Amino acid sequence: MGLKEHRDIGGDVYQPAEDSYLLAEAASERLQARAGSDEQEQPLALEVGTGSGYVAAHVSEETSARVIAADLNPHATREARDKGLESVQADLVSPFADGAFDAVLFNPPYLPTDPENEWDDWMEHALSGGEDGRAVINPFLEAVSRVLAPDGVVYLLVSSLTGVDEVVERAGENGFSAVAVADESFPFETLTVLELFR
Amino acid sequence: MKESLLEILRCPLDKHELELEDAEYGDDDEEIVSGTLVCTECGERYPIEDGIPNLLPPDMREETPA
Repeated sequence: MGLKEHRDIGGDVYQPAEDSYLLAEAASERLQARAGSDEQEQPLALEVGTGSGYVAAHVSEETSARVIAADLNPHATREARDKGLESVQADLVSPFADGAFDAVLFNPPYLPTDPENEWDDWMEHALSGGEDGRAVINPFLEAVSRVLAPDGVVYLLVSSLTGVDEVVERAGENGFSAVAVADESFPFETLTVLELFR
Repeated sequence: MKESLLEILRCPLDKHELELEDAEYGDDDEEIVSGTLVCTECGERYPIEDGIPNLLPPDMREETPA
């Protein structure tokens, strides 16, 4: 799956694809299982880089969680809001309170991109993870701990193109343990959903 | 945005709380459709438009690709 194929679809907002489906299902299942063991308040979840809002909407329907959908792209926040989601225009987790979320979900831009070959439009922001594919994942891993509740978890989609081991190692440097909770293989990549916890 | 969202929103620059100004509510009074969120510490102002708060830090607000 190349950047070009995605671009041919056109538009300003990344539309749901295999990665979105895998994250939506894995996160919903895990969250619902966690919520079932704890009858307290309604869990609060954040989806970073929500795009079309597909994952956030799925989690909102399939679990008891209240889901906030954030994106830096105003076209995306509008699309998410049109789906009935609470949406916020934000850079990663920067405008959220310390310890606010029981779960943070992220299907990041992860495709490694040649710096010579950049378009600087919204779709490139949604897809490109810089030269190593981790240009957005690394700052996310550094920042996300602050907004997690004490037993909060992260559901992060990673591709073999980005390097799952490298992401797990970086998560470890930021104080997280990681387990793979879902994966699916495609001709050019394997997608994995990591659950990160402290 | 729902007013209860304010409890978890912070200034992206210094993480201080935000105060709601000039709020206009939707027909059912449940949602803030427009207004301004102002940082109680640094005074930076963040707009709410069409029900969506824009909490991008000021230097990112301008760099919108085409």
